[in-house]
Amino acid sequence: MSRLLIRGGRVVDPSQGIDAVLDVLIDGGKIARVGEGIESSDAETMDASGLVVAPGLIDVHVHLREPGGEHKETIASGARAAAAGGFTAVVAMPNTDPPIDSPATVGYVKAAGLRAGGARVFPSGCITLGQKGEQLTEIGELMAAGAVCITDDGRPVMNAGLLRMALEYAQSFDLPVALHEEELTLSRGGAMNEGIIATRLGLTGIPNAAEDVMIARDLMLAELTGGRLHIQHVATRGGVDLIRAAKAKGVRVTAEGSPHHFTLTDEAVGWYNTNAKMNPPLRSAADRDAVRQGVADGTLDVIATDHAPHHYDEKEQAFEDAPNGIVGLETAVGLAYTELVATGLIGLAEMIERMSCAPARAMNLDRAADGRPPLGSLREGSAGDVTLLDPMLEWTVDPAGFLSLSRNTPFGGRKLRCRAVRTIIGGTTAWQSSA
Amino acid sequence: MAQELVNPVLGKDLIGLEELTREQITAILDTAETFKEISERPVRKVPYLRGRTVVNAFFENSTRTRVSFEFAEKRMGADTVSISTTGSSVQKGETLVDTARNLEAMRIDMVVIRHASSGAARFLAERIESSVINAGDGKHEHPTQGLLDLLTIRDHRGPLEGLKVCICGDVLHSRVARSNIHGLKRLGAEVAVCGPMTLMPPDVGDLGVRWFNRIEAAIEWADVLNVLRLQLERMKAGFIPSLREYNRVFGVTRARVEAAPRDLLILHPGPMNRGVEIDSDVADGPHSVILQQVTNGVAVRMAVLYLLSGGPATEGGDA
Repeated sequence: MSRLLIRGGRVVDPSQGIDAVLDVLIDGGKIARVGEGIESSDAETMDASGLVVAPGLIDVHVHLREPGGEHKETIASGARAAAAGGFTAVVAMPNTDPPIDSPATVGYVKAAGLRAGGARVFPSGCITLGQKGEQLTEIGELMAAGAVCITDDGRPVMNAGLLRMALEYAQSFDLPVALHEEELTLSRGGAMNEGIIATRLGLTGIPNAAEDVMIARDLMLAELTGGRLHIQHVATRGGVDLIRAAKAKGVRVTAEGSPHHFTLTDEAVGWYNTNAKMNPPLRSAADRDAVRQGVADGTLDVIATDHAPHHYDEKEQAFEDAPNGIVGLETAVGLAYTELVATGLIGLAEMIERMSCAPARAMNLDRAADGRPPLGSLREGSAGDVTLLDPMLEWTVDPAGFLSLSRNTPFGGRKLRCRAVRTIIGGTTAWQSSA
Repeated sequence: MAQELVNPVLGKDLIGLEELTREQITAILDTAETFKEISERPVRKVPYLRGRTVVNAFFENSTRTRVSFEFAEKRMGADTVSISTTGSSVQKGETLVDTARNLEAMRIDMVVIRHASSGAARFLAERIESSVINAGDGKHEHPTQGLLDLLTIRDHRGPLEGLKVCICGDVLHSRVARSNIHGLKRLGAEVAVCGPMTLMPPDVGDLGVRWFNRIEAAIEWADVLNVLRLQLERMKAGFIPSLREYNRVFGVTRARVEAAPRDLLILHPGPMNRGVEIDSDVADGPHSVILQQVTNGVAVRMAVLYLLSGGPATEGGDA
């Protein structure tokens, strides 16, 4: 395998507390050295001056829709879109058709990911068979086949006793249990945030309590069991407060904030804009600000996109009939930088911590496994996964240019700052900006 | 073709009363006033919509609204076609946008749409050039019902400025309530809602209305009650404990109406659950204008069809 020398960039690696202009040498697909004035006569050299050199970004929450929804996204197209967004690794959610609830289907996703030629694809497996919330999957077998976490994402686990068992059983494998938090009898099939906009539009609203009640319940179950809980896409101020308090008590919980939840409010629904329909829904300004604050203070350890591609004609419906979700892989870096870093809420190092180091830790990707070196760090011996960011680059979101097969974003036309210009995976360039 | 249909008073479509100005609403009501007389003629027909094609697309069950629109269209001389959910392509899986494109391809002038999804009428209006009239979309709006309620109140009480109107019952699920709230407020009425909190939309106060949790207090306050239908499935879904309790606590009964400090005007958009939200002796009593609402419904729909098809507003319409 060839050698790559990245010269003169601003190396920001929160895992080692590095923020300095340095060189990075990748050899044999792994980080060989980070330091000043590295010389390597036989290495391909690239000039990174003016750029930020970060450990490869990791998105722990993406929907790649394969198998069953290949018209929306395939594992290959999703992996390419991820690389174009600066991500070197993604965790694929298991709510496909059929759901990823057997070792065979986990193996399928893993194998397709290896062939994809974009970001590394890590499968997740279902908590319950068919995501029906009735019977646990063969969790140990799923992990052996390659699953990095278990989740019924898209649906909550309504049966508290069953979730307790999942949290306890998964501990045998130190496997995180990732949860979509929604009390279905409170959300009642609602289409957007409960509030005056839903009232005006005549749409059933989802109260904050639908999310908060479940987060409270599951934090208690994590405390009871000592299990590893990962709370997905937190959208409420109550949820952020509950997680903050639980962390202070020592509960083993990690959590995500999504770019759309720290950027938009339910006003983005406007007159039934289905590209602003998602679950959990866009909420009030107070909730958005709490998610921002949660990301800033680390209560929400991870920035994750919940990349949810849908074919245009599926979104081209009356609001209540349209599916939930937006694509996020190719806008995440720009939104995180523009909304959080450029506003002074967090530093660039914190942004990289939330988008690389913390996600790696949350999904155990910071440890070597299956012959794969650790991710989420530029420490010597780690994977040669590097994202080069141009923080000065101003750009306008153009959905037509997405590598994802889908275009469902509320951010079309939005001006952003900072973008990945080169994504290196295992020492090889997986994507490079043509600009 | 569609361009010349756009009326300077109303625009291309009628989606909801929230988007209309006071002048636009007044123009419709004044125009409806002049059309009432047509329904009293021996030959109830005028040629204002001759040569125009109207499609009644009712993707949700409706009898009185559909029939009212059909009478209005026929009395204006329009060619009409009605499609419904049962047996329609929608049931076979055709999307709303495909339905819209097919209708458009048949060179129609107007679509009257009733749909179970809030926003469906606007969705259609944004995608076709023909005029779209919302005949009720989910829990959003039912503008012609709102207009006929306004007309009926105006007939009996004159200008609505300062009038106190209370909408009673299941406001949460009611498109009629939303159209009423917007229309009444636009014309200067004071608006309240009354019913258990389980049937009130969250933040309804932000629409500029007050809330009564006691029907006696609402009756004490109001000049006009618009009593909404309570649907049986609401009880099964746990919004109220029982229909009996609802009638005892929130029902508009004769004793309560007789105890009112003012001469109440009582409306109901129908169909009524007699003995639940309204007692028979109130529905059929001297305060009730329920059947006049039905009569006015045809005139209002004639006015809307006329204005959207390019007809001028009457003198009262000063927009």
